[in-house]
Amino acid sequence: MQLVLYDGTWIGFFSAIFEIYEYKIADPLISGREVEIGSIFSNSHKVHTDETKTRRVINKLRQKLSPVGFSQLYKTFLSEEKEIENVMFRFIRYALSSKNSIENNYADPDVLMLQQVSRKVHREKHRMEAFVRFQLTKDQLYYAVIQPDYNVLPLIMKHFKDRYADQRWLIYDVIRKYGIYYDLHKVSEVSIDFNFDCNDESSFAGIYNEEENLYQVLWKQYFKSVNIEARKNTRLHIQHMPKRYWKYLVEKK
Amino acid sequence: MNTDRITEKLSILADAAKYDVSCSSSGSKRKNLNKGLGTTGNGICHAYTEDGRCVSLLKILLTNVCIFDCAYCVSRKSNDIKRAAFTVQEVVDLTINFYRRNYIEGLFISSGIFTNADYTMERLVLIAKKLRTEHKFNGYIHIKTIPGASEEIIKEAGLYADRLSINVEMPTEKSLALLAPDKKRIDMIEPMKIVKQAIIENREEKKLFKNTPIFAPAGQSTQMVIGATPETDLEILYLANGFYKKMNMRRVYYSGYVPISNDNRLPAIGTPVPMVRENRLYQADWLMRFYGFEVHEIVDKNNPLLDMDIDPKLSWALRNLQVFPIDVNIADYKLILRVPGIGVQNAKKIVAARKYTAIGFAHLKKMGISINRARYFIKAGNEYEIKDWQPSEIKHSILSEGASKYKPNFSSQIPLF
Repeated sequence: MQLVLYDGTWIGFFSAIFEIYEYKIADPLISGREVEIGSIFSNSHKVHTDETKTRRVINKLRQKLSPVGFSQLYKTFLSEEKEIENVMFRFIRYALSSKNSIENNYADPDVLMLQQVSRKVHREKHRMEAFVRFQLTKDQLYYAVIQPDYNVLPLIMKHFKDRYADQRWLIYDVIRKYGIYYDLHKVSEVSIDFNFDCNDESSFAGIYNEEENLYQVLWKQYFKSVNIEARKNTRLHIQHMPKRYWKYLVEKK
Repeated sequence: MNTDRITEKLSILADAAKYDVSCSSSGSKRKNLNKGLGTTGNGICHAYTEDGRCVSLLKILLTNVCIFDCAYCVSRKSNDIKRAAFTVQEVVDLTINFYRRNYIEGLFISSGIFTNADYTMERLVLIAKKLRTEHKFNGYIHIKTIPGASEEIIKEAGLYADRLSINVEMPTEKSLALLAPDKKRIDMIEPMKIVKQAIIENREEKKLFKNTPIFAPAGQSTQMVIGATPETDLEILYLANGFYKKMNMRRVYYSGYVPISNDNRLPAIGTPVPMVRENRLYQADWLMRFYGFEVHEIVDKNNPLLDMDIDPKLSWALRNLQVFPIDVNIADYKLILRVPGIGVQNAKKIVAARKYTAIGFAHLKKMGISINRARYFIKAGNEYEIKDWQPSEIKHSILSEGASKYKPNFSSQIPLF
């Protein structure tokens, strides 16, 4: 087994795939994390990220996979699950070696795994489209903090850009410490090192628009009023809105 | 804006609107092409209430003042409750500000009937018009059609709304006459026909002229209260089936009656909400819409009531054991869909995967299929149940595996009258 180290990026991952073929690495173990290289991996291979190599792999894959299949691969990558690159590599190897499309062969463990992991990421994307709660600041910025299970900011970008085309907004992922910002023209990645605690309301005092509190009060009231007490079903409530998301939800805080 | 007053109004008018169960915000593909605000797509539930229902739209009444006296409704005129009314501008501001904060997908506006049907309906349409034209709002708008509104105003509503709905309220005319003496069924059926016709004409016109404005892209829906009156599931599902087939309804909603009145025509306060029955009706509804079942396969003269302890698909399978076992490696997709424990997603997966290799029970399990339920009905290669199970044994065995989440509030369909 040979350790293949790449830079942890989506572009870098495909360079890794290219080099595995280029150097005929028979039994690779791909890792994007800087790990302490122990004696077992004395023969580790360091990938040099190269756009041309990446482009070639992607072009080839686009011939072998449907757009849906390719986007499943991307979502799986964004899961950041441990050693997921190796499942992805086996999936890619299978796809490249086969004449016909393999992406629906759910009897193959890697194909099934890829399908299942990408679905989990997709679900998280959908949840974030639902659970983002913007707060309006004095300088007319709609600002939200999220803490998603997976790295879904790249996936939700388009949804928010299309929907909120006429307002400036920023969505910040506290776990991965970066955000996406829309300036009325385009969305860009931003990394801000917040030196205050996002949960600490007092550190925000004074930055909000004067109407912000009113609409939060109204939303909380609405949320309370639409509930039907006679139908209480806490289990279902929590199943749909898991507790780990509550701290950024106005109505559950 | 006076915070306390507006908060109070919102609490009254949201509370009165919550018995309308529709929360759907899908089925319309409005794009934000004018660099305005909002899009519609597959529908998003932004929150879930403590009773587990989806909150997708700002669902409010314009006012709970009502000249009608429908026994099942909290806003009936004889009910001694606080009344309130929003102004058109207040509804517009609430919608826009909630939407901009990503709280909602849009607005579901309904109202008690004041002055007359057209006067009320005009106010609702005005809200939608303001949102669309003054605020370039492309989010979802659901307008409740007021029974008896004129064709002209209904047609105007469809130009701004994504969905129109009118509630049939009761499964039979007899019950409606008993509980809602001011309403006539024809006042509900007529608007449905108008909307249906307008949608058909609009879609035809759109084929010829691309820039024809779209009329109610998410179609129409309706709702009936169940458990307040003695109708059987047979009557309810046949009515629903008629709405799907003849009125092109997108959805029929079933609202388990929540006792809110001491009126002796209705179940007493404290009677449990028929939640299991409501759930079974939705399952049956899904079978008709997504699983290729005909209504007579789900309920018939000999089985006018849905089973409360098992779902209607399992119930059908047990009555039709001669159809099984179905071989998952060769059976038609439509037949695989009929296997208890296999849903639409999994049926598709099976049909896709079997092109590569013969499917066994182990594959099915990994795909997430509930083998404990499906195993009595399927065959995969040489894997199948050897024992000749009787329907009652299968039912018993499946039921003994898991405790129903509904067990504590089982309220079977006890004849009321």
